[in-house]
Amino acid sequence: MKKLEIIIRPGKLEEVKQALSSVGVHGMNYAEIHGCGRQMGHAEIYRGRTVQVDFLPKLKLEAVVDDAVVDKVIDAVCAAARTGAIGDGKIFVSEVLDAVRIRTGERGTEAL
Amino acid sequence: MNVTDTAFVLLCASMVMLMTPALALFYGGLVRSRNVLSTHMHSYASLGVISILWAFFGYSLAFGGDIGGLIGDLSYLFLRGVGAEAAPAASQLPHNAFMAFQGMFAVLTVALISGAYAERIKFGGMLCFSCLWLAFVYCPMAHWVWGGGWMMKMGALDFAGGAVVHMASAAAALACAHAVGPRRMASSALPHNLPLTLLGGGLLWFGWFGFNAGSALASGGLAAQALVNTHLASAAGIVGWMLIEWKRTGKATTLGVISGALAGLVAITPGAGFVESMSSIAIGFAGGLICYGGVLLKNRFHYDDALDVVGIHGIGGTWGALATGIFACAAINNVDGLLYGNAAQFGIQAVSVVATWVFVYIASRILLKVTDILVGLRVSADAEAVGLDLSEHNERGYNL
Repeated sequence: MKKLEIIIRPGKLEEVKQALSSVGVHGMNYAEIHGCGRQMGHAEIYRGRTVQVDFLPKLKLEAVVDDAVVDKVIDAVCAAARTGAIGDGKIFVSEVLDAVRIRTGERGTEAL
Repeated sequence: MNVTDTAFVLLCASMVMLMTPALALFYGGLVRSRNVLSTHMHSYASLGVISILWAFFGYSLAFGGDIGGLIGDLSYLFLRGVGAEAAPAASQLPHNAFMAFQGMFAVLTVALISGAYAERIKFGGMLCFSCLWLAFVYCPMAHWVWGGGWMMKMGALDFAGGAVVHMASAAAALACAHAVGPRRMASSALPHNLPLTLLGGGLLWFGWFGFNAGSALASGGLAAQALVNTHLASAAGIVGWMLIEWKRTGKATTLGVISGALAGLVAITPGAGFVESMSSIAIGFAGGLICYGGVLLKNRFHYDDALDVVGIHGIGGTWGALATGIFACAAINNVDGLLYGNAAQFGIQAVSVVATWVFVYIASRILLKVTDILVGLRVSADAEAVGLDLSEHNERGYNL
């Protein structure tokens, strides 16, 4: 099993969610985060005072998937989240040792 | 006494009362979310404490019998003799209606100062300073300008409080910014809820009709002229601020629009009942431009007037007082200004400006020193980082 941490533009949530569903990933969660990277920040102006805002709002989706479908899921997410401009986000992939469905006690991929 | 005038002024007093909650919204949106309640508290505490002190002694010090042109006597202490009979200062009104109308101004003026020390003052220090300031600064100022004191005798024009309310609160704000010191990390502090600020600003505009038109103290043509002037100046303030901001930064902002409206309202306050309609547009438009420069002053002179009391009320109030000396027209209210051949009026206005700034700044610094010794002014660095809502009031504005 692999965990995908998918950082995307806030406006892309619906499209990425649908892309994940279309490749059979139905369990996921997301959090509103603020991050900085190559996109750099932007300037905001309050009463003539220019304020540089470095941390931009992003969403971080987490999903755990079977090893067999990882590449397919990544392709689907990239297709949905890409605009081509700097700031489209990143996907981090890491190994997951186990999973447990609390209601039934199922383990491993059965619990996904 | 006149029942129409009485009804009008009672309604205006109610509208001016609404300006203090409106100010709480206006200021509350401009601070960070962890200070939204403490900023509201500054306004609501003023509604509580200053209203009572006004009844106890404030009204008497401001409008009691004149002592040497400096202060009122104690004849109306605890509102003794302030009932339904005609007011000495306005025989068309019951005395208590006049007292209540003036009391709303005192509450608002004290609350206005809070924009300077927001996000870092101790609540106890704020209360202590506000009470002292009412007694030793506001009451003398109100007496000088409206209660028969030396500025009134000199012929200074201040229809609705350019000096008493706006310049005075701004000079006190500058003193507070100097005495309390800058916020930690002030440069990264962004407004947390501009819709709140816009709502508050809109309500202030509404209340300002009571403030300025009501200052005619009678229903009729002069009140109508003051209302028209107030509205036009505010509108012109929007246009002025919007244009200069658009030109300088490439974008017009909502905060700029509501700041411009307030700049126009402040600028027309002293002249609302003295100038013609087209003059009010000029005063408001210039107010928008000048106050845009005014809010930039704090960066150059390095004082942290958190919510721009000096930039808008101070600079706008000063411009308004001088503009009254320029645009006043005898056809409106029996006094001419510079443009109508009476240059002396401009000189009188200039004297009132300088006297107000100097007296209020120095007196406020002394009262701040006293407050610091008695109860302390500033919260600890930790309390400031946590936010005043939790550290001073044990509650949070948003439990989402």
